[in-house]
Amino acid sequence: MSTLQTEIQEIRSRYPDPLSAVMPALQLAQERAGGWLPEAAFREVAEALDLTPAYCLSIASFYDMFHLEPVGTNNIEVCTNVSCAVCGAKDVVDAFEKELGIHAGDTTEDGKFSLRAVECLGGCGWATVVAVNNRHRLHVQAADVPGIVQELRSE
Amino acid sequence: MSELATPEVIFAGTNGGALTDIADYEAVGGFTALKRAQAMTPDELIEELNASGLRGRGGAFFPTGRKWSFVPKPDQIAKPHYLVINADESEPGTFKDREIMLRVPFRFLEGCVIAARGIESKHVFIYIRGEYEREFEVLRDALEQMRAKKLLGDVTIVLHRGAGAYICGEETALLESLEGRRGQPRTKPPFPAIAGLYASPTAVNNVESITTVTPILELGGAEYAKLGVANSTGTRVFSLSGNVERPGNYELPHGYPLRDLINVVGGGIAGGRKLKAVIPGGSSTPILTAAEVESVTLDFDSMTAAGTAIGSAAVIALDDRVCMVQLAIRVSQFYEHESCGKCTPCRVGTRWLTQILKKLEAGRGDHADLDLLLDVGGRINGTCLCPLGDSDAIAVASYVSKFRDEFLDHIEQGACPHNGGSSLEGIQAPTDIHAAHLHHANIERRFEVIA
Repeated sequence: MSTLQTEIQEIRSRYPDPLSAVMPALQLAQERAGGWLPEAAFREVAEALDLTPAYCLSIASFYDMFHLEPVGTNNIEVCTNVSCAVCGAKDVVDAFEKELGIHAGDTTEDGKFSLRAVECLGGCGWATVVAVNNRHRLHVQAADVPGIVQELRSE
Repeated sequence: MSELATPEVIFAGTNGGALTDIADYEAVGGFTALKRAQAMTPDELIEELNASGLRGRGGAFFPTGRKWSFVPKPDQIAKPHYLVINADESEPGTFKDREIMLRVPFRFLEGCVIAARGIESKHVFIYIRGEYEREFEVLRDALEQMRAKKLLGDVTIVLHRGAGAYICGEETALLESLEGRRGQPRTKPPFPAIAGLYASPTAVNNVESITTVTPILELGGAEYAKLGVANSTGTRVFSLSGNVERPGNYELPHGYPLRDLINVVGGGIAGGRKLKAVIPGGSSTPILTAAEVESVTLDFDSMTAAGTAIGSAAVIALDDRVCMVQLAIRVSQFYEHESCGKCTPCRVGTRWLTQILKKLEAGRGDHADLDLLLDVGGRINGTCLCPLGDSDAIAVASYVSKFRDEFLDHIEQGACPHNGGSSLEGIQAPTDIHAAHLHHANIERRFEVIA
């Protein structure tokens, strides 16, 4: 049994029904696989939980935070819902597009950055909210973007 | 905020900071409510809740005590009982539960243990929004501290992380998701109180509701009910966002004037601009014009009388630059993106609404399109398992009814009257990006087939 599968067994024990472990198991598998879910991850999770890989895929494809294709080492998500939008989210997206040389929805060729426009991140009073690998940066303005990208490049 | 004459209840003792160390929380009276609750029977707890007048803070405003009373007694249904906390806050405009979890995690968790006693449950699941990573870590650490002090008794609390789906804020979709399925709403009845998680008796409560249970036990239900106004007792954490000088979460008593939230607490409209409209309770609630804002107060009755809803208490202020058609597009795109796809009127209707709105915005619409827009919305309303599609239809219809002239201007001028100057001009929604990607994918595939 792989390490991942051993850890999934621990997750499984938290729930009265092992099926409940499918989401946390996929989250763990995605973390281990570098931020996305390759086919092998589905096979491992399925085996650990006595499910089919297809079932696991049906779960992953429903939720926005599971990625079925490789994402950049730095997954940058800019909220473009109403509260952020009226406070300049477009300028922030534009600045990232310019700085990274890609469109929202794409990943840089070197695999270092993905840029996405996303729905409300729940930080409406701190617009614009930008999540980098799920860590939220608040009050981001277009002028902050070159600095953010430089900081992430040097990491 | 010095201008607030109300005592803080949710954020009491924080002095604007966070109580994430258990000793700090105990120093401000933490866990005294739990001790009181442990000396009470479940029925007495429910009585205390009923006396407080507490109503659900997630958006539906259902009386919390009554919700608990619907959960059968263990001898009536001999299955495990579950308490599920809805921490999947995702209604655009809303960011209060997140601040509650960050700043008063113990008050929230103390409320969970009290609530579990109220419905005679030993099993608590907290379904926390996947995007809330720091909040998850704060709760995990707080739980560890409580376990070390044996404050959970025989109650187990499991943190379960969502993975990015607004629909999981709908309670039956949340339960489906927690059971390991796609988060799609169930048919009701049976209601969760009878057959919820694992087909067992379940209460599903919002984070703020449960956090409020703690001070209610400290103050006593009757005392708590003196705060706020009739039908809307107590305080509420209002999320203020949009074009205001000082956006943020503000705990205020129900009945506080909306105008004062924006102009006094929020410091007025940013940059000295003029207020155009306010979305008062999350993006699914009908919009208010600047004139209407003058007379309403932040409580259930006043909002209902004004034809809207207090919802999740998320107030979005919009200044005079906003194009109402673009606002309608952006709101509709959200619901289109988040539709789970189970019910046809919602799956197809939300997308259709967006398409009609885009046609209007592009200046290609005519009067029949405006009728079609309202007609499609009318066919979503009340025809689905949950209110997600209705939210889109109701919000859009409210923009049309209150800003009809602006919609007509788009038709008659054959272009957006804001002429590129709207605060929402050019904003990219996830649905726009998906559409662009699908387009590329299709072209590539077609070449493969031809080859």
